[in-house]
Amino acid sequence: MIKRSYWSLPYLIFMVVFVVLPLVLIVLYAFQDGSGHFTLSNIARFFTDSDSLQTFALSIEVAIENTLICILLGYPAAWILANRKLNRSAVTVMLFIMPMWINALMRTLATAELFNMFGITLGKGTLLFGMVYDYIPFMIYPIYNILMKMDNSYAEAAEDLGATPWKVFWKITVPLSMPGVMSGVLMVFMPTVSTFAISEFLTNNKIKLFGTIIQENINSSMWNYGAALAFIMLLIIGITSLFNDNKDSQAEGGLI
Amino acid sequence: MKKVLAKAYLYLLLAMLYAPLIFIAVFSFTESRVLGNWTGFSTKLYANLFTGGMNGGSSLLAAVENTLIIALISAAIATVLGTIAAIGIFNLKGRKKAGMQFLNNIPMINPDIITGVSLFLLFVFLGITQGYVTVVLAHITFCTPYVVLSVLPKLSQMNPNIYEAALDLGATPSQALRKVLIPELRPGMISGFILAFTMSLDDFAVTFFTRGTIGLETLSTYIYADARKGGLTPELRPLMTIIFLIVLILLVVMNIRRQKANQSK
Repeated sequence: MIKRSYWSLPYLIFMVVFVVLPLVLIVLYAFQDGSGHFTLSNIARFFTDSDSLQTFALSIEVAIENTLICILLGYPAAWILANRKLNRSAVTVMLFIMPMWINALMRTLATAELFNMFGITLGKGTLLFGMVYDYIPFMIYPIYNILMKMDNSYAEAAEDLGATPWKVFWKITVPLSMPGVMSGVLMVFMPTVSTFAISEFLTNNKIKLFGTIIQENINSSMWNYGAALAFIMLLIIGITSLFNDNKDSQAEGGLI
Repeated sequence: MKKVLAKAYLYLLLAMLYAPLIFIAVFSFTESRVLGNWTGFSTKLYANLFTGGMNGGSSLLAAVENTLIIALISAAIATVLGTIAAIGIFNLKGRKKAGMQFLNNIPMINPDIITGVSLFLLFVFLGITQGYVTVVLAHITFCTPYVVLSVLPKLSQMNPNIYEAALDLGATPSQALRKVLIPELRPGMISGFILAFTMSLDDFAVTFFTRGTIGLETLSTYIYADARKGGLTPELRPLMTIIFLIVLILLVVMNIRRQKANQSK
């Protein structure tokens, strides 16, 4: 009988072809010109093109703002949901998670239509609102998860030793829940930078984010420059994942 | 007092999250072409949706059909591939195990657009014409990691000796697989399948880059094209409402399953 660890082989081969090789191709295309010769001009073009740089800066700005608002609004919600004295209803928790399962494009369009109906001009404000609306469940869920798993005896010990509830919250609960916040950041920040379509719909094509310029280049057959932009995004992902402990990425898999 | 404030906060956030969805659902029951303009109760949009009696109606139904078929095939293959992979990964040790888990995490960490662009380049590089098959392959790629992560915990909960016991008692490996291993892993496989299925239904970016130019439309790409033309097809409103309800029912069912599982533990 073959060893059972060999059962991972088909998946390994699949992943090499469909995950590793494609990522290698992004790097390859990023450093090639149209005829396949090595070049740095694609990367150089990004750093000298003020349009791309501006879009990039704006995307990072929107992503940071979105992530911060999601933490500010989402953390209290996750805390209340995880607090057995304040919330006992599993249904409420489910209602917060459910939007994650509905097509983001649909939800975005519904939001944009709502703005239109109330005569609110689409622009940066509506973009941020829509982004928060799209991504806040992805912040609430990992924080809620880690708060639920947290060992209450630390907080109780602090209380017994005379800490005020406020102190317990800042010195015990918040530090212990940081891994959850970090996976939330990972699930909100990068997707915000990379969305296309969503930003177009929420701003009536007025504001482009980084994802949109990648898409435009790929779709107009500028594969090498598109790949270079994707490569820059890959670098940022690499850097942001460094801040995130590997174990926490499991949080996403435990959605149900 | 504190409790009231806490509840009020939660409900306020929920109201914000659900306002657009409820808004769409309410206006799916009126005939008006313009959203927000109530012209009396009617189920005409629902009728149009199911009979295809509207502008480009058959293409919307075709898009829904494509979406479902792609999601079913991708989720089924991802479940088989992911379950076999999980058994393999579970039996690996040390650096090989860590390496496989790292690889498994990549498609989950990558934003959709990276997965989409990288697979697009792969198919271009290999000279494969893009269409149905490439979309399914791409969906399997980002769905399988979720199946692996759903099945792995079931393997660690399972008593490793029962599979060996079945073999010792004379079961062939395939009998032991069917009668012992799969029943033990089934809850994880089902969760994984549902997760993969919804991931596939949800996807826009990856489909967008891997569908090629043969005019293959899924629901997401249809909505995208529709919205770019300006103004949503009114029949999308009942469709969104139905999808919303299906997701709600699926989640309730899964929650009940999980609660049962927790109780039986």
